[in-house]
Amino acid sequence: MTAFLFFLQILLVPVVSPLCIGVIKKIKARLQNRQGASVIQPYRDLFKLFHKDERVSKDASWIFLIAPFVVFSVTVFVGMNIPLFSTENFFPMTSDALVIVYTLALGTFFLALSGMDIGGAFGGFGSSREMTLSALAEGGFIFSLLTMALLAGTTNLFDIASHPLFYNGEYFIPIVLAFVGFFIVLLAETARFPFDNPATHLELTMIHEAMILEYSGKRLALMEWASANKLVIFFVLGFNIFFPLGLVGDMSVGTLSMNLGLLLVKLLIFCIVIALIESSMAKFRFFRLPDLLVASFILNAVAIGLIHSL
Amino acid sequence: MIVELFVLGAFGSLVFHKRDVWANTWGSIFALLGTLGGIIFSFFTLIQGQMLSFLLGQTSFTFLQFSLHIDMLSAFFLLAISLIGFFCSLYGFGYVKHYYGKYDIGVLGFLYNILLGSLFLVVTSSNALFFLIAWEMMSISSYFLVVYDRHDEKNVKAGSLYLIMTYVGTAFIIAFFLLAYKYTGSFQFDAIKSQHTLIPEIFQSVMFLCALVGFGTKAGIIPFHIWLPAAHPAAPSHVSAMMSGVMIKTGIYMMVRLFLDVLAPVPLWWGEVVLIIGMVSSLLGVLYALTEHDIKRLLAYHSIENIGIILLGIGSSIIFSALDMKSLALLALVAGLFHTINHAIFKSLLFLGAGSVIDQMHTKNMEEYGGLIRYMPQTAFFFLIGSMAISALPPFNGFFSEWLTFQSLFQGIQNLSFSLEWLFLLAAGSLAFTGGLALTCFVKAFAGIFLARPRSEEVTHTKESVLSMRGAMGGLAFLAIFFGIFSGLITEIITFVGQNLSLFSVTDASVSVGHSQTLRIQESFAHVSAPIMFFFFGSIFVSVLFIIRFIINRRQTISFGETWDCGTPLKPRMEITTTGFARSIILVFKNVLKPSIQQTVKYHDAESRYIPKSRTVTMSVGNIYLTYFYRPLQKVIDEASLRSKIIQGGNINIYISYILIALFVSLFFVL
Repeated sequence: MTAFLFFLQILLVPVVSPLCIGVIKKIKARLQNRQGASVIQPYRDLFKLFHKDERVSKDASWIFLIAPFVVFSVTVFVGMNIPLFSTENFFPMTSDALVIVYTLALGTFFLALSGMDIGGAFGGFGSSREMTLSALAEGGFIFSLLTMALLAGTTNLFDIASHPLFYNGEYFIPIVLAFVGFFIVLLAETARFPFDNPATHLELTMIHEAMILEYSGKRLALMEWASANKLVIFFVLGFNIFFPLGLVGDMSVGTLSMNLGLLLVKLLIFCIVIALIESSMAKFRFFRLPDLLVASFILNAVAIGLIHSL
Repeated sequence: MIVELFVLGAFGSLVFHKRDVWANTWGSIFALLGTLGGIIFSFFTLIQGQMLSFLLGQTSFTFLQFSLHIDMLSAFFLLAISLIGFFCSLYGFGYVKHYYGKYDIGVLGFLYNILLGSLFLVVTSSNALFFLIAWEMMSISSYFLVVYDRHDEKNVKAGSLYLIMTYVGTAFIIAFFLLAYKYTGSFQFDAIKSQHTLIPEIFQSVMFLCALVGFGTKAGIIPFHIWLPAAHPAAPSHVSAMMSGVMIKTGIYMMVRLFLDVLAPVPLWWGEVVLIIGMVSSLLGVLYALTEHDIKRLLAYHSIENIGIILLGIGSSIIFSALDMKSLALLALVAGLFHTINHAIFKSLLFLGAGSVIDQMHTKNMEEYGGLIRYMPQTAFFFLIGSMAISALPPFNGFFSEWLTFQSLFQGIQNLSFSLEWLFLLAAGSLAFTGGLALTCFVKAFAGIFLARPRSEEVTHTKESVLSMRGAMGGLAFLAIFFGIFSGLITEIITFVGQNLSLFSVTDASVSVGHSQTLRIQESFAHVSAPIMFFFFGSIFVSVLFIIRFIINRRQTISFGETWDCGTPLKPRMEITTTGFARSIILVFKNVLKPSIQQTVKYHDAESRYIPKSRTVTMSVGNIYLTYFYRPLQKVIDEASLRSKIIQGGNINIYISYILIALFVSLFFVL
């Protein structure tokens, strides 16, 4: 049982992440009065890409070849170090908030390098935009996790997640403020509206897609999968750190299956929210995005300031 | 002792200055032997924990004693200096070859050995006057090293700026020691320490400001940093690595020595000032680094940033100790010192890597690099490790010291009252943004230098650097990983160093080290283990690689083709440049950086202005320190000098009457 849970903790994020992408696409299609592809289409896409031959630019170095493996491993590593379905911690030594933030930064680093490596005009600008946004998002990201860390008195994510909802109403305002700040970072880091359009290949605006433009075959599959993983990681952090409803350390089969079901419901809610945002608003102009990210940082700073005065 | 080796090396290479190869070999061997001795000596001092103090010589003046005192703090800095010095000397052995026939190698070996020797003396001397002599030797030898490449006018100018700034700094340091002497009656550090309570409070504050300006100038804090991005790039690369890696750390050493040992306990506001300076330096340092396209200037600005991060640790340590929260103070001090040695390692690694590239490319302009990873694969690999370490990416050493710094700031937010809480919150915020911006800057630097297609013809003629240079970089890269994975062990040693200061002699640090190198903050606030992190990440990486390569993808092939070019053949001009890469982030911070853009268009026919002959775009960043601080200061000084010129009549009688008046005045005071 323990071994099963151990592997479940490691593999859950990569297993469900394509489903989330499929669900978001399906909802968006329905909102646009289209039938849309099946929700399991992303799995089929990954399968197809994994079995294709690859074409790599002559200008690419080993950085380009190794980057998809690093980026994908980073998301698996982070995925296993966040509380998914239980507060029972298999990895107490690595599930620290700052470790998560900086390991994700490692993925971003290689993603941006791979965008620059092929020497095309698109990749470079994609990297430049991505790094600009992620540099500015870092403050809000660390601070939103810090708000919860200060409330819980620890920076370990599993320990943070074991608190009751809003600390029984005591810290309603700081937590909501921190969550709003976190949500802005979520949109930026996962390349969603209003920061980036995951469905576009318009050279003037694309960010994430521009960096992975030269990839094909299995490396493209890894990159796509990694970005789906990252989306799920941020969803899970969003609800299990800020609103850890029903999250317990109990490991019996009953609670476990209930918690897994609950996890899927929570993911579905986030998918609906993202799909609604993407269907109802336009992408922002690039130079308006820093305002949003600074707003996220300030919201979090206010949230931390409120903790002690409450 | 060890210093004698350097002296021998210095004069030996001067003797051989007619024979380039001999001079280089002689100088390098003695530098290597000396630093190796330093490593062994300081390592054993740290392990055994014994203190050493002895007299090198006594002069007829009672206040000048050539006395050395090596406690754990000195030994720690000795270790940093000799580690970096060892690899820089190894690198220099190969690097100096391209100066053969151009400049006098003997002089270089002389100055380099003097610099090493004086660095050793600076961190070990326990007499203020002896310290000042060593400090001046360090400053002057480094000045001559900065102007060593004297055929470039810019280097000479940079050297002059450095010399002026360093003398301003030294003036403040002298003022500091004179004030200390006036009230304690001694130039010995331990005597000042035992009697510093005699100093009136107002003069203690003056002394603090003097020390801050004096040692801050050497450390490169903003706004006294202006010499640093000019002087570090001018020196030969292994000397830049020494200067950026360890010489500026002597400023940090003296701040720790004075504020947490000699003058301790110090008032709260000293710590607040240091913390604020740390915030400003780290954030502005990295922003200016982003604007640079000269590789060595970029690295120099990162030194300012990292000094800022170190000061965040030191500053919070001073605040905690002023509030009598000793164990938190020790945690913050450990964070600061850990980052000090880490920065020494990765910054010298990066400077050496940059040196190899410059050696091959003959230019420091990053816009002319590109694609070097194919021609210099090993240098590229080492530079990548340095970039990841300085960007605080796990599991390299930079991550763990920044993690400790973050944790000490979090402890401040958690435990302090309202206004201090906000100060620590701002500090944590600046550290968070600094981390993100540093990552951006090193994507720019690494990708600009090594990735994509060559942007100039010169790149295709480059080759990998010689063995001693690669060996030095490889050694430092190994240290960057080693200090990351064994961060627990290093933290334990540094905690020991901190407890050796009398302020923390009975203090348990808030950071403890558990099994498998686990760093633990308080009882359960946070913990992280480098080897476990490395193991899990490594095994995921290997299994992903294995599954994809051998299970899913057995039959697939990779073919190589052109990058997608929209139908037009790609030219080097179509790639993004390093300036273009950073442009958007510079525009985001345009209120701070004050970027300017100038376009000049030359036309074939100036009258009609239809067909442009050439277009020039000049982009620059405003130097707000020059405009708003140094220029006005210069004006004030000029004005004051003009006014005081009146008393210089040029008539000898007037001067004699001045002497008479001065005599009367002093007699009046004496009687």
